[in-house]
Amino acid sequence: MRHIISILIENEAGALSRVAGLFSARGYNIESLNVAITEDPSLSRMTLVTRGNEQIVEQIVKQLNKLIDVVKLVDLAESPHIERELMMVKIKTTSHTRTEIRSLTEIFRGKVLDVTATTYVVEMTGPSEKLDAFVAAIDPDTIIEVVRSGPTGISRGENGLCL
Amino acid sequence: METERLDTYRSNMFIEVSVELSGAQILVQSLKDEGVEYIFGYPGGAVLHLYDAIFQQDAVKHILVRHEQGATHAADGYARATGKPGVVLVTSGPGATNAVTGIATAYMDSIPMVIISGQVPSPVIGSDAFQEVDMVGITRPCVKHNFLVKDVTKLAETVKKAFYVATTGRPGPVVVDIPKDITDPHIKVPYKYPKKVSMRSYHPAVNGDKEQIKKAVGLLLAAQKPVIYSGGGVVLGEASKELTEFSQLLGFPITNTLMGLGAYPATDKQFIGMLGMHGTYEANMAMHESDLIIAIGARFDDRVTGKLDMFCPYAKIIHIDIDPASISKTVKVDVPIVGEVKNVLEQMIDLLKDHKAKPQKKPLEAWWRQIDQWRSLQCLEFDRESPLIKPQFVIEQLYAVTKGDAYVTSDVGQHQMWAAQYYKFDKPRRWINSGGLGTMGFGLPAAIGVKLAFPDAEVACVTGEASIQMCIQELSTALQYKTPIKIINLNNRYMGMVRQWQEFTYESRYSHSYMDTIPEFVKLAEAYGHVGMRVERPEDVREVLEAAFALKDRTVFVDIITDRTENVYPMIEAGKGHHDMKLRVATGTSTDRELA
Ligand SMILES: Cc1cc2nc3c(=O)[nH]c(=O)nc-3n(C[C@H](O)[C@H](O)[C@H](O)COP(=O)(O)OP(=O)(O)OC[C@H]3O[C@@H](n4cnc5c(N)ncnc54)[C@H](O)[C@@H]3O)c2cc1C
Ligand SMILES: Cc1ncc(C[n+]2csc(CCOP(=O)(O)OP(=O)(O)O)c2C)c(N)n1
Ligand SMILES: [Mg+2]
Repeated sequence: MRHIISILIENEAGALSRVAGLFSARGYNIESLNVAITEDPSLSRMTLVTRGNEQIVEQIVKQLNKLIDVVKLVDLAESPHIERELMMVKIKTTSHTRTEIRSLTEIFRGKVLDVTATTYVVEMTGPSEKLDAFVAAIDPDTIIEVVRSGPTGISRGENGLCL
Repeated sequence: METERLDTYRSNMFIEVSVELSGAQILVQSLKDEGVEYIFGYPGGAVLHLYDAIFQQDAVKHILVRHEQGATHAADGYARATGKPGVVLVTSGPGATNAVTGIATAYMDSIPMVIISGQVPSPVIGSDAFQEVDMVGITRPCVKHNFLVKDVTKLAETVKKAFYVATTGRPGPVVVDIPKDITDPHIKVPYKYPKKVSMRSYHPAVNGDKEQIKKAVGLLLAAQKPVIYSGGGVVLGEASKELTEFSQLLGFPITNTLMGLGAYPATDKQFIGMLGMHGTYEANMAMHESDLIIAIGARFDDRVTGKLDMFCPYAKIIHIDIDPASISKTVKVDVPIVGEVKNVLEQMIDLLKDHKAKPQKKPLEAWWRQIDQWRSLQCLEFDRESPLIKPQFVIEQLYAVTKGDAYVTSDVGQHQMWAAQYYKFDKPRRWINSGGLGTMGFGLPAAIGVKLAFPDAEVACVTGEASIQMCIQELSTALQYKTPIKIINLNNRYMGMVRQWQEFTYESRYSHSYMDTIPEFVKLAEAYGHVGMRVERPEDVREVLEAAFALKDRTVFVDIITDRTENVYPMIEAGKGHHDMKLRVATGTSTDRELA
């Protein structure tokens, strides 16, 4: 099963490598990982997507909690939550394909961020599957590059991952 | 001028008001305020300021080892024997990397230790400076936590945190990496050692969940074939008394892991020996047939469980551990209890005493009859008629000569297993060995650490001719600090444990498990300024051991030429279950066996 583990971690040099090191040392897989500072500059928030059976994910959660720098964590997949990922795609364009790409971008509620004579950069946020669908809808030969942030997420309702 | 400064510094060291100190002085003063007795270390460029501060005081004693690995094992031995954290000081680069084996050794066995490593000055970190190595990066996978100190005003607090993390919860080694500029004698800042620290991200468990404990007690009272399986956590958690009371209240059979030996008196009738790969027949059979296992401060290591899908097939499992990550890691348990073993056992004892109900009398009697039958196989018997010295016999004699009251350290191999099987430890912290990492070279420096902690106690290091050579240089340390220990070298002229596996699984192809040239240990001991003795006949063993221990103030190297073909039994071979043990062949002496 897919799990989205959201981690509140001390904003210390090396904290990220402790998490990354844990995953490689214990052979857990990481599908994506992103990290940035929170409203409290001493804390970072990390979102990590992993897959594994129940026993493995239980161990992952315990081992993460055991890291001294980890303050709190939650497996978002366990309760109602919102998930968003940011993507930018650079696409080769010609006068024939531009309209089509623009309308496709609109359908997916994306934005064209940059235009040159031969390219578009399209920005899009959404659940990862939506981004997958957009990429799939575009002729692969026209894609120059795809940049994805990996999902971040937040729970619904009053509960939050905070001190 | 100089003397004046020195005087102020000296007096500063002993008054409690906030004073201005350099980073080097802060470190030394923090160690003193932490109550540190000994630092085990080795100097070098990055720690020269620190060594200068150490020179100018005598509250914290520095023990100069001969190799940084020795420093870590000595500090580790000190920690295992006392329960207090061991402290190590090494320089950057090679000093730091030499310490890594010892840090990993402590990590695997959850030993509290604080390692101070020097680092190149902050401005040149990352430039491949002379003797630079990323110590925080290198040790990350084998420490409980590590710190790089970036600000001298945070040094005292960081040291306090290091000791706090190392000694609380599930203990472990903590590295504090200190760039040279932080210890600059010219930069002074106010010093105050915090009395307490709290960390928002670190809250070790204390008490167990009441409902879980109730549930566990219910299962204990209903069990028909219960086994108590306890481990190193009982030693680490100082819960030997509680474990003993708990076990005797229930009257259940109890087995210990290699790391748990001594937490329950081995001479008591309820003790059924060690379990696992080289555990007793009765302990492993009891585990296999049991309907209820209570694991107490033990971590279901693969040397204990054997093949996982054959482990305790009929048992429900209760597990008490302070580390949630130890629970259901390899073996899924039915009643997990996270907490300090001492507190949880106290809670259980209270409940048991309150309870009107007693454990199941009839089934328990039948269970004991079964266990006694397994016991009657006498799986640890060995050939007592052999003209060669049997290693098991040596340990029995060591036990007799030291009246079962010595601190015994060991190295890794067959000798380690024989020491564990034949020396009956009645007290915790007496048996000091590397279980999780299995580090050859551990025994001698560890014995030095133990002897420093308990100068009046007998300290024996049971070793093998291969292991002892991995940290032999520490004989020099033993002389310098007058730590009279007794080295019992079970010299089988083989890496016996390796040879045994090769005999069993590689048709006796003894690939590189033998050394052509083994030093003359008697001369070697003498060269280091100690006493050497050699024994070649069984009838001399007792006398020589007595002579060795009679030399109270000398380190004695007793080189005992043992039967080189002897194997450790029982043995559960890889991939087998507890009920599938290889036992000693009942007839014929092992010396008859042919060696390739
Ligand atoms: C050559 C060789 C052969 C070996 N053969 C065997 C063998 O036959 N049998 C055997 O048993 N071992 C054997 N070992 C050792 C084995 O590798 C493991 O080191 C050992 O089994 C682990 O012991 P343990 O389960 O008691 O755990 P430890 O490593 O001692 O861990 C302690 C556990 O207790 C917990 N704990 C710590 N403090 C507390 C507290 N205050 N409260 C509650 N819980 C706490 C920890 O979280 C941890 O889970 C062998 C090793 C070698 C080198
Ligand atoms: C540092 C290290 N290297 C290798 C090993 C693998 N190993 C385990 S036991 C052993 C042989 C030990 O020989 P010896 O010290 O003579 O003890 P014996 O088994 O003969 O009693 C070896 C090489 C180890 N445990 N540690
Ligand atoms: Mg040997």
